[in-house]
Amino acid sequence: MLDLSAIESGYGETQVLHGLSLTARPGRVLAILGRNGAGKSTTLKTIMGLLPTKAGRITLDDRPLPARPFDIARLGIAYVPETRDIFPSLSVRENLELAARRFPCANGGWTMARVLELFPRLGERLDNGGTQLSGGEQQMLAIARALLMNPRLLILDEPTEGLAPIIVKLIHDKLKELKSAGLSMILVEQNFGFATSLADDVVVIGKGRVVWSGSAPEIRAAEDIQHAWLGV
Amino acid sequence: MPDPGFWTLQALNALQLSMLLFLLSIGLTVIFGLMHFVNLAHGSLYAVGAYVAASAAAVGGYWAGFFLAPVAVAGLGILLYSGLIRRMRRSGPMAQVLVTFGLIFALLDLSRLIWGDLALSIELPALLAGRTALLGIEYPTYRLFIIGLGLAIIAALAFVLGRTQIGAMIRAGVDNDAMAACLGINVERLFFIVFCVGCALAGLAGAVAAPLLSVTPDMGLQILIPTLIVIVIGGLGSLKGAVAGSLIYGFVQTFGAVLAPQLASVLIYALLAAVLVIKPVGLFPAKG
Repeated sequence: MLDLSAIESGYGETQVLHGLSLTARPGRVLAILGRNGAGKSTTLKTIMGLLPTKAGRITLDDRPLPARPFDIARLGIAYVPETRDIFPSLSVRENLELAARRFPCANGGWTMARVLELFPRLGERLDNGGTQLSGGEQQMLAIARALLMNPRLLILDEPTEGLAPIIVKLIHDKLKELKSAGLSMILVEQNFGFATSLADDVVVIGKGRVVWSGSAPEIRAAEDIQHAWLGV
Repeated sequence: MPDPGFWTLQALNALQLSMLLFLLSIGLTVIFGLMHFVNLAHGSLYAVGAYVAASAAAVGGYWAGFFLAPVAVAGLGILLYSGLIRRMRRSGPMAQVLVTFGLIFALLDLSRLIWGDLALSIELPALLAGRTALLGIEYPTYRLFIIGLGLAIIAALAFVLGRTQIGAMIRAGVDNDAMAACLGINVERLFFIVFCVGCALAGLAGAVAAPLLSVTPDMGLQILIPTLIVIVIGGLGSLKGAVAGSLIYGFVQTFGAVLAPQLASVLIYALLAAVLVIKPVGLFPAKG
């Protein structure tokens, strides 16, 4: 589905990714693990076109991915950033409609009614401003907004960061539901247990390259890798 | 103690000045808010609007100029955008300030070449000439027309920005252009539309100001500083900020000039300094 091959990318003069390669397969959840500063978020931003690819190739179904974020979004890649990036001057409803109106759903796709069924809390908050929500509600809104794009691939950056354990569990259960429904996902996550219980495939990134790849059960068993690259 | 008619007259004068400044500042502030682009040549577009209106009015009367000026200035905006501004988008504020500052002088000399140095004037149509009785005073009908036009445009923009999908897209783009792009919004095209509408409003401001002031090549430079003060006081990127900034400037300037003429030119700068000290981002910035 999505292939990154020998990617070099970073912020301005500072290069963060040094020849990173990975593959996200359809209908599966790929977790990208690594320590702070390893290049996990940089990888996601590079996929989304928010950082320029200096070398290497990104393809979606063997076709080169366009360079601009809005073209990438229109190909069906939805992004939930670490900072959630709810639009503060839009209400919850407007935040959702912004995605819903641009990506009308085909049969059985995501609609406003369906995302509100998934996250009933948002239904009670539709007329609130985007920033009047708690951290957990903002995360639900960011995921709901991404789903309304009816994506083929959902990319999530640290979805549990800063959230109370009860909300982490809720987000976990909802992502599990999405996984069972067959949605392809790429998940960057510091919470090892959370990530490996959702993921099918795992890559571990260190110093801007993939240092290990395998399945979720394999990484749970590979204590040396966990110790060396994840500090678990 | 002046009579109540004096206060009414000055309040209407202030409101009229505010509406003119609003037409100029709204385009500039949203362009700045959406794309962090500094267009110092915005005032020059206002001057070009006034000249186009004066030329068109000489041939086809006031209304020909009124309708043609916004279209012509939007057309000039398209040329500037495709030839210059699109290339400057990522080049940082210093380069943008220098290039658009240079553009002020290029447009100034271009106006001189086409229209000469002599001041032009526009004759009002019979409908808007004369005076209208209002709140116990006789007030020039044309100035009331400017107030009405400004209020109508505020209402129209409030509707578009607050209630339509394109308005939500613009607000989202001002909040966070990268995230807006990740939702499939073509922010560059949105910026182009906003830029053209901003240019059209600057052209309209020139056309409505032309009968009040004489049309001279440097009128764009004269209006630039007040417009920048309006957007700094009001806060970048928001309609509310442009309305508030324009009203504050209009009232302080007008009442300052009649009540404390010695202080008039200092008052607005003192207010600007006070706003910058108390609320450096302005009163109602788009990014709270």
